[in-house]
Amino acid sequence: MRSVSLRAMTNGASGGKGIEVEGLVREFKNGPRAVDGIDLQVHEGEIYGFLGPNGAGKSTTVLMLTTLLPPTAGTARVAGFDIVADGPRVRASIGAALQEAALDPLLSGREHMRLQTALHGLGRAERESRGGELLERVGLSQAADRRVGGYSGGMRRRLDLALALVHRPRILFLDEPTTGLDIQSRTALWEEVARLAVEEGVTVFLTTQYLEEADALAGRVGIIDHGHIVAEGTPAELKAEIGRPTVEAVPREPGERGRLASVLERFGAAAGASPRAAAARLDGGEAQLAEVVRALDSEGIAIERLQLHAPSLDDVFLAKTGRSLEGAGEEEDAAEPEAEAVSTA
Amino acid sequence: MSRDGLRTQVGQLARRSVLRTLRQPAQIVPALVFPLFLLAVNSGGLKQATNLPGFPTDSYLTFALAVPFMQGALFSVMNTGTDLARDIETGFLNRLALTPLRGAALLSGLLAGAVVLGLVQAATYLTVGLVAGAELVTGAPGALVIVVLSVSITVAFGTIGLFAALRTGSGEAVQSLFPVFFVFLFISAMALPLDLIQTDWFRKIASANPVTYLLEAFRSLLFEGWEPAKLALGFGIAAAVLTLGMLAASSALKTRLVRT
Repeated sequence: MRSVSLRAMTNGASGGKGIEVEGLVREFKNGPRAVDGIDLQVHEGEIYGFLGPNGAGKSTTVLMLTTLLPPTAGTARVAGFDIVADGPRVRASIGAALQEAALDPLLSGREHMRLQTALHGLGRAERESRGGELLERVGLSQAADRRVGGYSGGMRRRLDLALALVHRPRILFLDEPTTGLDIQSRTALWEEVARLAVEEGVTVFLTTQYLEEADALAGRVGIIDHGHIVAEGTPAELKAEIGRPTVEAVPREPGERGRLASVLERFGAAAGASPRAAAARLDGGEAQLAEVVRALDSEGIAIERLQLHAPSLDDVFLAKTGRSLEGAGEEEDAAEPEAEAVSTA
Repeated sequence: MSRDGLRTQVGQLARRSVLRTLRQPAQIVPALVFPLFLLAVNSGGLKQATNLPGFPTDSYLTFALAVPFMQGALFSVMNTGTDLARDIETGFLNRLALTPLRGAALLSGLLAGAVVLGLVQAATYLTVGLVAGAELVTGAPGALVIVVLSVSITVAFGTIGLFAALRTGSGEAVQSLFPVFFVFLFISAMALPLDLIQTDWFRKIASANPVTYLLEAFRSLLFEGWEPAKLALGFGIAAAVLTLGMLAASSALKTRLVRT
């Protein structure tokens, strides 16, 4: 895969060929509203990051936008086509790599390509050339004739991405494409996604529960929680909205943690911290750091480590939902029957 | 979609189905070994049945050779259904659903693996049976008809597996059907001809069981000679199961593939 600077020029241009969603709802039988009236707009050529914990409604949204799950209410247009009335045209315009790369372990990468290109109606000659080109692009030429059952997680994801591109879609849906991948595979996939947006103008709708993924890749980010979009904007805008950095300190004596926390809270509200540390969001910004140090000194609290954190998307999530994104999914794993979405509908 | 496009779709899905079947020895080996093992046990243990007045042949092996073809078809229910259920469970069906795939192409393509398995099974059972000393009064043409009938039944039963997979979406649920179908085999004229079954209720059930007539179609070719009525009934039952199975599977596919 070639290297492309992440998030470069991926803010897209406004237009009606991206994704437009109004009041989209999906309610499951005897279950919660997995998606509860979301509105969003993704411009052509933009990478839109859809961020949220497990069970927040990300995958259900993707299933609806890819026409695999009918919405209970609301409307959405993808590539200019209504997802309910124009399903076949929507599908012809999109590529999708859904959660858990759905591959056949008994087939090779090349056999997957042959099947996918044929089902998309490519001519016999084009099937081989397009398949070979995409396998080359995702770095799987050497492994093309090996059965997928022997592929690593990263190789599976790359094949999944290549399969989603066979018919040159204008819009690409990637549902948690890097979950479970090592950092090297993750970075390689990010670069390919960025390249698609920058060089080919592909619109990318990317769901993720990784803050750094949304931060690194997305031009704009929507944060979803309990089926609602709680924040939307560029990562920089969202962080600026929170605006305040966090100071985190670890006392030299563990018994001093309580006193340390009360000193820090003079400068702002308490924030999440590692188990031995205390943290506070600085009301006065970075400039207050010197005052914090002086206050700790005057209280006689010896500090082992002191760090200033710039606002992150997790801070944004915390500010909007009252919970930290890290771990928020665990408490909600049972909340949304996302895995059953297709099979039960 | 053009006819060429549909043919391409069926062809590619059939290719996948055949490759999957050939690459899973665990599907092929039990479907070959288990029925032959039962054939050996039954033909050895029940050969005294040929002494019953009116038993239609001197060779119980020849009489029992019809049974493996039916048992093989039951494996087709499992294999075809389990393969599709796995596609549903892994999300592979969603991948296919995002292409301009026609439902008929999907179902037809998936049955291609059953055709291959049916061919291998029929050729193996017949060869082993003949080598072990079974009769075949209709000769080579009869052998060909036996293979065609066996493949037809295997494919027809395969549609039941497809239906079960599409309805339940679970490989375990499909596999749980196996004992149910096995019961159907046991309450047929599997071990004795219909008119020699003494127990009244059993004879009535066996008479109503279509499996009995499928067995009789095979048996007619093995030791009776050309019996057009029995063959027509056998092929007719296979065609009926295929038609009903495909209709049920198509309907279940529409429910399963809720794409707009």
